[in-house]
Amino acid sequence: MSFSHADNAAKFIADEARTDWHDETLWFIRSKRDKAAHGLPEWEDLRQAASDIKEHALNNLDTYLIQFENNALANGVKVHWAYDGEQHNQIVHSILKNAGIKKMIKSKSMLTEECHLNDYLKHYGIEVIDTDLGERIVQLREETPSHIVLPAIHLKKEDVSATFYKHLQTEKGNNASRYLTRAARTHLRKSFFTSEVALTGVNFAVAETGSIVVSTNEGNADLGVNSARVHIASMGIEKIIPEAKHLAVFLRLLARSATGQPITTYNSHFTKPMQGKEMHVIIVNNKRTKQLANPDFRNSLKCIRCAACFNTCPVYRRSGGHSYHTAVAGPFGSLHLPNIDMKANADLPFASTPCGSCTNVCPVKIDIHNQLWKWRQVLMKDAYAPFGKKMAMKGMAWVLGSPGLYRFAGNMARWVMRVFPSVLKNKKMNAWYKQRDMPTPPKESFRNWFITQKKDG
Amino acid sequence: MKVQLFIPCYVDQFYPQVGIATFQLLKKLGCDVDYPLNQTCCGQPMANAGFNHIAQSCNDNFINNFSGTEYIVCPSGSCTLHIKEHLGGSDKNRVNSISKNIFELTEFITDVLKSTEIIASFPHKVGFHTSCHGQRGLHVSSMSELMVKPFSKPAQLLSKVKHLQLVYSERVDECCGFGGTFSVTEEAVSVKMGKDRLQQHIAKGVEIITGIDMSCLMHLEGLINRNKYPLKLMHIAEILNKSLN
Repeated sequence: MSFSHADNAAKFIADEARTDWHDETLWFIRSKRDKAAHGLPEWEDLRQAASDIKEHALNNLDTYLIQFENNALANGVKVHWAYDGEQHNQIVHSILKNAGIKKMIKSKSMLTEECHLNDYLKHYGIEVIDTDLGERIVQLREETPSHIVLPAIHLKKEDVSATFYKHLQTEKGNNASRYLTRAARTHLRKSFFTSEVALTGVNFAVAETGSIVVSTNEGNADLGVNSARVHIASMGIEKIIPEAKHLAVFLRLLARSATGQPITTYNSHFTKPMQGKEMHVIIVNNKRTKQLANPDFRNSLKCIRCAACFNTCPVYRRSGGHSYHTAVAGPFGSLHLPNIDMKANADLPFASTPCGSCTNVCPVKIDIHNQLWKWRQVLMKDAYAPFGKKMAMKGMAWVLGSPGLYRFAGNMARWVMRVFPSVLKNKKMNAWYKQRDMPTPPKESFRNWFITQKKDG
Repeated sequence: MKVQLFIPCYVDQFYPQVGIATFQLLKKLGCDVDYPLNQTCCGQPMANAGFNHIAQSCNDNFINNFSGTEYIVCPSGSCTLHIKEHLGGSDKNRVNSISKNIFELTEFITDVLKSTEIIASFPHKVGFHTSCHGQRGLHVSSMSELMVKPFSKPAQLLSKVKHLQLVYSERVDECCGFGGTFSVTEEAVSVKMGKDRLQQHIAKGVEIITGIDMSCLMHLEGLINRNKYPLKLMHIAEILNKSLN
């Protein structure tokens, strides 16, 4: 996989029929979201309320995190703080080591994807089994999730069938959904009942009660936690909400924005370990405080990971999650990842037109497209621009900053295009011309016309 | 009413007929129209590529051409939005006054001139391409993502034109994929988005696609000509100007 979204996207689009299928599948989810949102007359007020609550939580993050920690400790939960992804992984490893366990099941957690936990633990000989069905499918294929809510959305049932045939010894070519789902169920059940440690993500951490809320449609988090002896929950510092009553706002928005459901099937509240069991919460920074300190990018921390911005993004729909070459794709990934590694992700804020649809669907009102624009400025100023692009931009700025030069260049360009049209008709040199015709250059600019008609009165 | 025209650079160079239609339309609507001769560009090509920090000479040139004007009118939502949001300059008063006084053509007609008296006919099936910056940035029309009452300033004007049949495509406000430098840096996605957009209009039997941004239309035109799609393109000013004849 290349490090350029544009190259990866071109490869994805080369299979046009599949691109159309991917686009339509995700548009269907966007449409379901619209329908669900239309069902609530107070939708726009809810978005504002969610945005305001998150704003307040971010403004008082220090207080709420400590309050959460104190309440969780009082509930008998072990609380750990991780400065970065590496430290998070070390903490998980040490919990496993202390318990003498070599196998862990994990429900969906984008944070652990961000920290590359699976690879880290594999290195120490620990087997991690993802229990979210989509995540398990991509894990068997040694891929990353292509979508944060629908990790295997890039795959058709034929692909799933082939994957299961290879790894779970199902019948070759049996593409029946029911058959494949049953096979997955049988396979995962074994893991649920033989793993002693279950790791989950955290959708919301309630400061008031010290409890965490995990939302899944498959119930895999509950099944994992309740059958294991040790529960580890990993959360970014931004998952804090002040009070339990605020869930009434967020849970209504989350499922509707994500899939168009009125509510997620399982919203499980974990407050204290069951008798004889352990519960750990790892609170992770991983450069989120850097984001918090930057007024331009601060409110991206409001994200509740619904992926509505993915489903609406016309670029995401037509380029697939893997073209973003990160564990978190889509418009939100393009905001979040440059903060973690600017150089590796410098292309992502440019993988957008930016049409602004992402901002409009965002349930917590993150101005995603504006922030992408701001990221572009930061990245190009910080010298992550390719040399050719930099020179072209300098040249363009020079011409457009000088009226005389602009007119001269415009006249020249039109003359060249009229007299030597082949100059620009080079598909290798001119990306525009590869699949699009050039505009037909007129003899006269508007300015010339204006001067002439004024003279003629 | 005194109006200064801002004609975007690519319209000036490649689509003078759009500038001419804008000029004539505003004259017909009773405006005293002038065109500052040393204007070039809004600076967006640099800024959207991440190079706003080297666009100052272009910004200064804009400020020098358009300071002290009561109304600046531009036949592009995208360029208007860029000036409103990103025009930088040392003299904040001049910058703020320009940002406040610049209008996209259709919003100027509906909101400032408050004129929707259009007496003519254009007997065609017309598809409207909702350019994103005008829509989601300037709010010239409501957005499909938001749960608000639908409205559209350009469609309001087009609805006054007799015999013009305005057709709405599926995914009514999906982006066409132009996106400035995006059209070449992300060529494959840009082209795919454009082709999909055109197919949505073709499916509705549209003859002519119109819009408030010639840049989106330029990208779509390139695709139409290359693929020989049965469609034509016209800027909304051209239709409204024809209509008033």
